[in-house]
Amino acid sequence: MKKSILEAAKVIRSKNAGPFELTFDIIFKNAEYFELFKSRQIINEEKMAELLQIKREDIIGIVWFAPANAVKITIKRPMPSGAPGETDIYGAQQHAPLLKIEF
Amino acid sequence: MSNQKEFRVLSPTAILGYGFPESSFKKGIERKPHLIAVDAGSTDPGPFYLGAGKPFTDRAFVKRDLRYMIKAGVAKNIPVVVGTAGGSGASVHLEWCRQIVLEIAQEEKLSFKMGVIPADVEKQRVKQALAEGKISPLACVHELTESMVDETTYLVAQIGTEPVADALEAGCQVVLAGRCYDPAVFAALPIMKGYDPGLALHMGKILECAAIAATPGSGADCALGTLTEDSFILEALSPKRKFTCESAAAHTLYEKSDPYHLPGPGGMIDLEKCSFSDLGDGRVEVKGSRFVADETYRIKLEGARPIGFRSISIAGTRDPIMIANIDTIIDEVRQQLGEMAQENDQAQGLFFHVYGKNGVMGPLEPQKETGSHELCIIIEALCPTQAQADTLCSVARSTLLHYGYEGRISTAGNLAFPFSPSDIGMGKVYEFSLYHLLETGDEKLFQVRVEELVNGELVKES
Repeated sequence: MKKSILEAAKVIRSKNAGPFELTFDIIFKNAEYFELFKSRQIINEEKMAELLQIKREDIIGIVWFAPANAVKITIKRPMPSGAPGETDIYGAQQHAPLLKIEF
Repeated sequence: MSNQKEFRVLSPTAILGYGFPESSFKKGIERKPHLIAVDAGSTDPGPFYLGAGKPFTDRAFVKRDLRYMIKAGVAKNIPVVVGTAGGSGASVHLEWCRQIVLEIAQEEKLSFKMGVIPADVEKQRVKQALAEGKISPLACVHELTESMVDETTYLVAQIGTEPVADALEAGCQVVLAGRCYDPAVFAALPIMKGYDPGLALHMGKILECAAIAATPGSGADCALGTLTEDSFILEALSPKRKFTCESAAAHTLYEKSDPYHLPGPGGMIDLEKCSFSDLGDGRVEVKGSRFVADETYRIKLEGARPIGFRSISIAGTRDPIMIANIDTIIDEVRQQLGEMAQENDQAQGLFFHVYGKNGVMGPLEPQKETGSHELCIIIEALCPTQAQADTLCSVARSTLLHYGYEGRISTAGNLAFPFSPSDIGMGKVYEFSLYHLLETGDEKLFQVRVEELVNGELVKES
């Protein structure tokens, strides 16, 4: 039976990385969960593109950062911060789709 | 290496004007810091503040924070360095901040030398660099054109540690820098004194957010960083918070695209060999951060240009039939407006933000159906002039208010307005026109202006 990522992660957030990129951080509760997610590649480009409904080429990178037991996913911002049609200048409320991840 | 065994830096708050508890600041001063530094800006609040030359922090609170810092700094002969003055760091923002400092000096009858460092870059200089191929866009950024440069209202560079060091070398007690690489205000003095630039900059990268990097985090509380020969130590100054390895490491992720490589003016901080260790008592020691200089010195340019004017109208709906059909209703209203407008393309600047449905994520919202019993609709019109924006907003509002959608039984009006007037003219709208790297090589682009204050009066400029 699959479990929700909320069992494994203590922080799931999004934020601008400058006005042209959006970055998501998932910080795991401990090194075991970090290793589990990393070794099974539960977070990968295909999965992220599907969850965020973006093109795969708009994913700039997925970096596993052991010192923080974290994985960082950076994407091209759907539009530059503050461009016409903007909904979230700081990009701080775009993380909800990641709450659906299961393992 | 330095004569001193350690170099302590007090970071009072994440952004000048966010405030800090007096008790934390006092505790920081008791630790006899060698430097008080603060970051005063960000691009996060969007392009308006740079483009319009307006601050995004409150003047009264900026003055409150600065008064603590400058009084303590002058009394105890500790340099006070402020980066990205006024929020966006253009000359107009810098002057705003300078006036606040002058007021404080006058009110407190303070005597000190002040270094002011404008970070503006001449448009002509940028156009020349563009023609010479010395400008490159950062990731996901458009190619720059001459006309974008011409239309930019304020054009700044993120200056590095070098101009800040020039001001400190000149004996300035207070340094106000225009747009500045966040860690530079924390790192310039220790680097001058011989401390490792990788450690100094990485420490600055964490201290620029003050106690946000502690746990529980706060943008309105102080942090203290202590540089040693081969490490730096972080600690919070409120008993309510502490640094942990995780909080410090997690902060390294914040607002960055790659936590191992943090690029800045003239090079990058390489964290591949970085380690965090817990010293107990809420203190964390960081080792192994390295600075890797670029072959060619490059700095980041930022600019914003006006793209039109905005008007908005805020309304709600509580009608279940309207809510169930909201997408179709908005499409039909758009169509009707398009047919009415003589210039059809004007209606392209019309946006409906539907809160309770997809107001936060827009078309990327994965949940297509709303479960809400009420919706907030913000009508936004973005047009070349304020009059056009007002007209479009007004007509869109009245059309949606009385639109006879399929199945309607509530025929008196579709919208609930909380305010009269219902429409708000928002003024000029800006977009980021520059977010590009400029190759400067050895050229020294930024000069320090030194001012002397005696008993709060400006006596000399040089």
